Amino acid sequence: MSELVATQLQNGLTCSLPSDSPLAKLLKSQRTWVGPDAKTRLNILRAAKSVAIVGASPNPARSSYFVGTYLLQSSNYRVYFVNPNADEILGHKAYPDLASLPEVPDIVDVFRKASDIPSVIDDVLASGARTVWVQLGIWNEEAARYGEEQGLTVVMDRCIKVEHARFHGGLNLFGFDTGQISSKKQLV
Amino acid sequence: MADREYGFRTRAIHAGNIPDSATGARALPIYQSTAFVFDDTSDAAARFALQKYGNIYSRLANPTVASFEERVASLEGGLGAVATASGLSAQYITFASLVGSGDHIVASANLYGGSITQLDVTLRRFGVETTFVQSANAEDYAAAITDETKLIFAETIANPSGEIADIEALADVAHAHGIPLVIDSTIATPYLNRPIEWGADIVTHSATKFLGGHGTTLGGVVVESGRFDWHTDKFPLFGQKVPSYGGLEWTGNFGEYAFLTRLRAEQLRDIGPALSATAAATLAQGVETLSYRMQAHVDNARIVATWLQQDPRIEAVYWAGLDSHPHHARAEKYLPKGAGSVFSFVVKGGRAVGQKLIESVNLASHVANIGDTKTLIIHPASTTHAQLTEQQLLDAGVLPGVVRLSVGIEDADDIIYDLDQALAQAVEA
Ligand SMILES: Cc1ncc(COP(=O)(O)O)c(C=O)c1O
Repeated sequence: MSELVATQLQNGLTCSLPSDSPLAKLLKSQRTWVGPDAKTRLNILRAAKSVAIVGASPNPARSSYFVGTYLLQSSNYRVYFVNPNADEILGHKAYPDLASLPEVPDIVDVFRKASDIPSVIDDVLASGARTVWVQLGIWNEEAARYGEEQGLTVVMDRCIKVEHARFHGGLNLFGFDTGQISSKKQLV
Repeated sequence: MADREYGFRTRAIHAGNIPDSATGARALPIYQSTAFVFDDTSDAAARFALQKYGNIYSRLANPTVASFEERVASLEGGLGAVATASGLSAQYITFASLVGSGDHIVASANLYGGSITQLDVTLRRFGVETTFVQSANAEDYAAAITDETKLIFAETIANPSGEIADIEALADVAHAHGIPLVIDSTIATPYLNRPIEWGADIVTHSATKFLGGHGTTLGGVVVESGRFDWHTDKFPLFGQKVPSYGGLEWTGNFGEYAFLTRLRAEQLRDIGPALSATAAATLAQGVETLSYRMQAHVDNARIVATWLQQDPRIEAVYWAGLDSHPHHARAEKYLPKGAGSVFSFVVKGGRAVGQKLIESVNLASHVANIGDTKTLIIHPASTTHAQLTEQQLLDAGVLPGVVRLSVGIEDADDIIYDLDQALAQAVEA
């Protein structure tokens, strides 16, 4: 597994991608695990109130920093940063592990290398969180299956920032089915 | 709250119509505005670059139109939809997004006449070849596929032959060749069949017909499943940089949303057949009663088709709901609620008697349309399908003596009374 680097996508969004390969494309032919479809991912993001970023970095060049900035500014989530080697990230307290958070997060967003994912999944399970979201460019099928067997909802190789921006940024205005039905005024 | 899966009837009424945040208007507001103000210059730039979805100009997107789109997408079980000014333009932008000069389409020979000429004349002139498959068997579609083939196109219920597409088998054939199955589901509507549930990738509609349902408004819509992997050698445009949008890549930036985002941002932008807000509001209101109307349509169709079949003045009735129809078993599989309400029949005595019948009706309306609340009648060979050659007419199942009915939702007795008296006059003459 190559190192993940912050990459600016053409649409201006930033995400973590492997430094040496168009990995997602390369590996896709050998992939057998299929994650939740777009509508399900939309529902995951809609239902969540809190997100913990595991592997959050205080380094402004890292993609987790961009994601953290985005979530703090453009979402209503309560955002927690998990990093045992940092005290503070983006002006917020950094927690040493999931167990130290003041609440059980709805989504655990993971910026760790593929081989670390199984142990992250164990931490997620121990914390009581129900959804683990493994960032774009990270792929570990065994870990994903293991997480699902343990009852977790697993999203993998997806950028939470891109997905949230996509869904948050007026999907309904472009004729997509948001799955939202309500007799109350639309929240903006 | 959001985790309830609301039913079809509820979604037909509510999907895409959350009360307006500014005014609280309960009915769908008609945003009769060509353009929409930006918050500031960076907001304008972000919307133009597709960094965020937002209203810009009503050729690209309009909030009233978007409501109609979301409603149809919800009912079809698609990821989203793009509405157009007519059914034919819905098909046209779909084809324009997927084929170019040198490419090939495999289509059913049993299509609406305008669809045949769109493919056979206009697209052929642009260098796109279409092979029209005369058989309804998936193997024969497979045999027509070449390296250049980019899609398969068929109608759920063909007009006017009543033939039913074997959607599941056609989807398998398409996917085995790495290409999508596109289904025109105008006559079925999502109440009778949802092609995406049977493996289709794209569904098009002439919303002019049953979706709008009242014979007032032209419109079309393209729904996509979000399941097809467009990022392959067959469709290189999905993986290439798009200079007109700051170098983004459709699949790279939009994932499953790539096809529909591109269809709107490129094909609607460049070709321009946008649906108007007023038309969208009328069509969306029509969709609210889709379930009730379609049930009444197929109930009446069954009564009228059965009556016609038993009448000695009638030679044949081509409604797949009858067990005499070659696709009766398919109809039971794909259309258990009913095989639609558009079908044809042949009057004994041929073309002249058929024409006299049409001239003698008092309740059924002699118009070139289908999918109205009113019963409609026409002689396809000399009207809707007149642009076809003799051979194309035969291939499309349009024999010279064929009369087409679009059974409305009046009292069934009255529809039969009208046909009976018209038949009496026709046979007498
Ligand atoms: C099955 C079918 N597809 C497409 C069309 C074209 O739709 P429109 O007239 O809305 O362009 C029609 C009717 O005209 C039709 O009957």
